[in-house]
Amino acid sequence: MRASDPSPEVLSIESDTDVVRVRQAVRTLALRAGLSVVDQTKLITAASELARNTLVHGHGGRAELALVNDGTRAGVQCRFVDDGPGIVDIPRALEEGYTTGGGLGLGLSGSRRLADRFDLRSTAGEGTCVTIVKWGR
Amino acid sequence: MDRIPIYKIGDILLVSIQIDLRDQDAVDLQDDLATRIATTGAHGVVIDISALELVDSFIGRMLSTTAAVSRVLDARTVVVGMRPAVAITLVELGLSLPGVETALDVERGLALISSHADRHDARQ
Amino acid sequence: MADENLDVGELLELLRARAEAVLDEWERAVATAQRTPLPDAALRTELSSLYEALLDGVAGADGGPEHARSDQYAEARALLGEMSHARARQGFTPTETAAAVFELKRAIRSVVGNDHAPTAVALSDIIDGLALYTFETYAAAREQVIVNQTEQLLELSTPVVKLWDGILAVPLVGTLDSARTQVVMETLLQTLVDTGSGHAIIDITGVAAVDTQVAQHLLKTVVAARLMGAECIISGIRPQIAQTVVALGIEFGDIPTRSALADALRHVLHQRGYDVVRRADAANLVPSGLGAAVTGVS
Repeated sequence: MRASDPSPEVLSIESDTDVVRVRQAVRTLALRAGLSVVDQTKLITAASELARNTLVHGHGGRAELALVNDGTRAGVQCRFVDDGPGIVDIPRALEEGYTTGGGLGLGLSGSRRLADRFDLRSTAGEGTCVTIVKWGR
Repeated sequence: MDRIPIYKIGDILLVSIQIDLRDQDAVDLQDDLATRIATTGAHGVVIDISALELVDSFIGRMLSTTAAVSRVLDARTVVVGMRPAVAITLVELGLSLPGVETALDVERGLALISSHADRHDARQ
Repeated sequence: MADENLDVGELLELLRARAEAVLDEWERAVATAQRTPLPDAALRTELSSLYEALLDGVAGADGGPEHARSDQYAEARALLGEMSHARARQGFTPTETAAAVFELKRAIRSVVGNDHAPTAVALSDIIDGLALYTFETYAAAREQVIVNQTEQLLELSTPVVKLWDGILAVPLVGTLDSARTQVVMETLLQTLVDTGSGHAIIDITGVAAVDTQVAQHLLKTVVAARLMGAECIISGIRPQIAQTVVALGIEFGDIPTRSALADALRHVLHQRGYDVVRRADAANLVPSGLGAAVTGVS
């Protein structure tokens, strides 16, 4: 029984080049976890959305990526953390199409649909932490 | 930073995206295409995304905007080569790429533009 | 307490000293018990490693064999897990697989006799625990085989066929749930790319019931195909389905629909610039079913 990686890979997100770096790191982990091509794409796309959120709305932050294992299958966990303004109205933020940043507003709700697990913690004025997990077959 | 090259074939512009797109690259491409369409009077643009393994909301918006801008400049934009996994993810993401015409590959994209067929949107 | 420790130590020494004898006995018993034979060398190596791991586990405990699930038997469990998976894939029965482990007790007894009784009994419990573990992993492995086969069945039962140049047909049969839709979408989209097709006819004659969920799944498939540049048409809509769709207020939007697959095909052919036309010499053709004796046409 493999345990999850003891130390996650931490990538800082301060520029759009970093967003690309996050995508590449997530792709590597997805391959290691044996995700199907479709699931890889869903995961990397969700990670891209969340990384961009961290950059644009969180004013920069970091991504913590790790391989995880629930005993029967491997998966990838991505956590996005920032110390930005935080989300004031979480239910609203998770609605389709809601946006404060001039984007399409599908980042959060879309990422939730693409991932198997989605966790969002945010306090106004203190920052945001979004965690997603995608499992292999 | 190198810009993504835009090729001209007759009066059609062809772009093949081969790199991991940073947001800035997408913005630059949108600007460059608008400029090239205007300066060359091209009446068609084919954007080949067969090498893209993801289209997220930002890139999706770039494609939609490019299509809209080109329409205003009297050109037709066709996005070709979308990978199945990307299409499935876009549907799940709820992105419909409004106003963007699509075709399976460059050859069919060029054929679509030269045929004066009715527009074939990827509508929802 | 001290006696027990001494006892464990002595038993271990004995078991190590007589390892070959134990292994011979064990190997013989396992080979006989398994109706399907394994190449000897592979079996011996397997049992050898297992024996080592078991003894190491016992040695690693403070004051006694503990029980089969504790950490010091992790190595033994890992080996048993592998063995179990392999046996499951090769088609051995669960009994044959677990029996292989139980046989060790007899082998040890034949070599050690009745000495070191309390420790031997404790060791026996450990082996029982490990045998049960083997059984469990076997069951899990067989489950996995079933899961894999179910997936394969799912793929096989959602074929995508090429009807004509550039026209694919997807005959859906049975229920359309999320898992199925996913498989259908992936297969259809990949086939669109592989064959360079521009149209797909999704036939739902065989779909049991259409509700809002099913309609959503169909819609997702159509939208995904469109995003790639292919058009879809839905055929095989039975009258009852049509009524359900209207009653539920389901909108297929601008997706063309037809009740008959033949009509859908005619429509798509027309879209692609083809029309079906009866040839001028058709009058001379023998209608099928009348037999060759009817006319002299060769």
